[in-house]
Amino acid sequence: MKNDYYIESYSHVKNGEISVNGKIVFKTLETEFKPVMKAAYKKLVVDYPKFFKMDNLSKLGFLAAEVLLKNESDKDMAMVFSNRASSLDTDRGYQSSIKDSTQYYPSPAVFVYTLANICMGEISIRHQIHSENCFFVMDEFSSETLSYYTNQLLDENKAKKVLCAWVDVDNGKYNAFLYVVSKKGTFVHSNAEINRLYKTTNE
Amino acid sequence: MDNVYLSHNNIVSSLGFNSDSVIDNIEKGNCGLSVYEDKKVLHVPFCSSRINQNELQKKYKDLNPKSEHTRLEKMMLVSLSDTISKSNLALDERTGLIISTTKGNIDVLEEDSSFPESRAYLSELGDQIQVFFGFKDKAIIVSNACVSGILAVAVAKRMIRQGKYDRIFIVAGDMVTQFILSGFNAFQALSLEPCRPYCNSRTGINIGEVAASVLVTKDPIELAQESVQIIGEASCNDANHISGPSRTGEGLFRCIENAVQQSGIEKKDIDYISGHGTATMFNDEMESIAFDRAGLSKTPLNSLKSYFGHTLGASGLLESIIGIHSLHKNTLFASLGFQDLGVSRPMNIIKKTTEKNINTFLKTASGFGGSNTAVLFKKVQ
Repeated sequence: MKNDYYIESYSHVKNGEISVNGKIVFKTLETEFKPVMKAAYKKLVVDYPKFFKMDNLSKLGFLAAEVLLKNESDKDMAMVFSNRASSLDTDRGYQSSIKDSTQYYPSPAVFVYTLANICMGEISIRHQIHSENCFFVMDEFSSETLSYYTNQLLDENKAKKVLCAWVDVDNGKYNAFLYVVSKKGTFVHSNAEINRLYKTTNE
Repeated sequence: MDNVYLSHNNIVSSLGFNSDSVIDNIEKGNCGLSVYEDKKVLHVPFCSSRINQNELQKKYKDLNPKSEHTRLEKMMLVSLSDTISKSNLALDERTGLIISTTKGNIDVLEEDSSFPESRAYLSELGDQIQVFFGFKDKAIIVSNACVSGILAVAVAKRMIRQGKYDRIFIVAGDMVTQFILSGFNAFQALSLEPCRPYCNSRTGINIGEVAASVLVTKDPIELAQESVQIIGEASCNDANHISGPSRTGEGLFRCIENAVQQSGIEKKDIDYISGHGTATMFNDEMESIAFDRAGLSKTPLNSLKSYFGHTLGASGLLESIIGIHSLHKNTLFASLGFQDLGVSRPMNIIKKTTEKNINTFLKTASGFGGSNTAVLFKKVQ
């Protein structure tokens, strides 16, 4: 893989902790997903009530992007996201709302979130980014597909920067890792480096 | 950089189990949509295009499967096996697999499903397809709402240009399920009649099902007679609303501009547009604004939803495949059921199937999450 590009910065959301470039910006002793998100919102987000209408996957991606893009002024930024469970966390809830005719309450507000790429839509709206989006689903984090695709977007000048992500919510477990790839930055955009940053425990 | 082409292809649908029979039906003006009463799917009647179960099962058994497969997997296996056999290529390490789907095996969440819930993970679906044919690498799975099928074409081209593969097989598929029908019904978006995109009497969307597959390659030796070159592609998010189309058509307008710019052609050289045209009020209106802003309001346009309904993550690939046959046959296919224009900006809707010398076409799609994709194709001379 060519190494013409660099990772500018990255964020993690995992185990009640949110960090940017390895530095913790939020920590809670809560373990359940919903209270963690609520507490993080209170500390990190200024007045964005739409957050509470989002499903779990969008909330997770939104918060990870919020801390990462805080000082980002460039709107020419593509998004290449990935995860394992797609929107299954929300799909299960929706399916239970239609499982039999006596308990049949399909909600349009829930149905619209039964798509993983809605997470990128929410981030696009929040940061007013009109850009290339693509959502890949894979059985575990793999830098390879993301990096090939990202390099091609940058080679063809489809965007100045690319926001890459692993953002997964499934059966109460959650994990987000976001990073910005650009022509300048701290870390080489190589598979080894991406995998190292993905595994970096928040210190 | 290498040129990249669409080559051998297949469609499994209510209008036939290979591209030739589907195109023959479209040319004759046959619609794949009809009204179904199936309480397992929806408590009220609905208009849809569904794949014949007996014929699917027969074609699937002909493949001599050694393990059990879900209905969607059967659709994908039957489609892809036809495309692979027409391509006559060994599936070596330079050959990739892309799967495009919006909901995958979502029906395994139903209580009476005989498959474990784990089959709903899209990577499980990917593994089934990969292992069946013996692809060397795991499938790359694109799931990006209703633009998935056309976005997969852009992804394939980009992966080939980056040197990851020399050729990629794409298979796209989605099914008519209780999950999907109940959702669109809750949005009050379903039409009980065959949909009439862009028409002033349109009453909403139909949901249909297909599997479609295509070989994407950079090697001119691997082309089919109907092959086209992918000359430009772009996506753009509206950054406006997660379920409502943009009122200004911003994302669609921008991705058309970007795709045209990349292709190096001029807009007057676009002979035909295969629109998204779901026949909902807001989507069709949004498209008319975007095409008008892009200066394409006079270009002949149809929506193939009028034959199949909206086939979700498969629609973009299905409609691209029909588009390449349209070019090959120098025939513009009618937008079925269209009578009078029902959008605010002018559009040149194809009312009657007509012969015309056409060389270049634009395929567009838009979907939930604010996603829009445009791809330009040119006939291989």
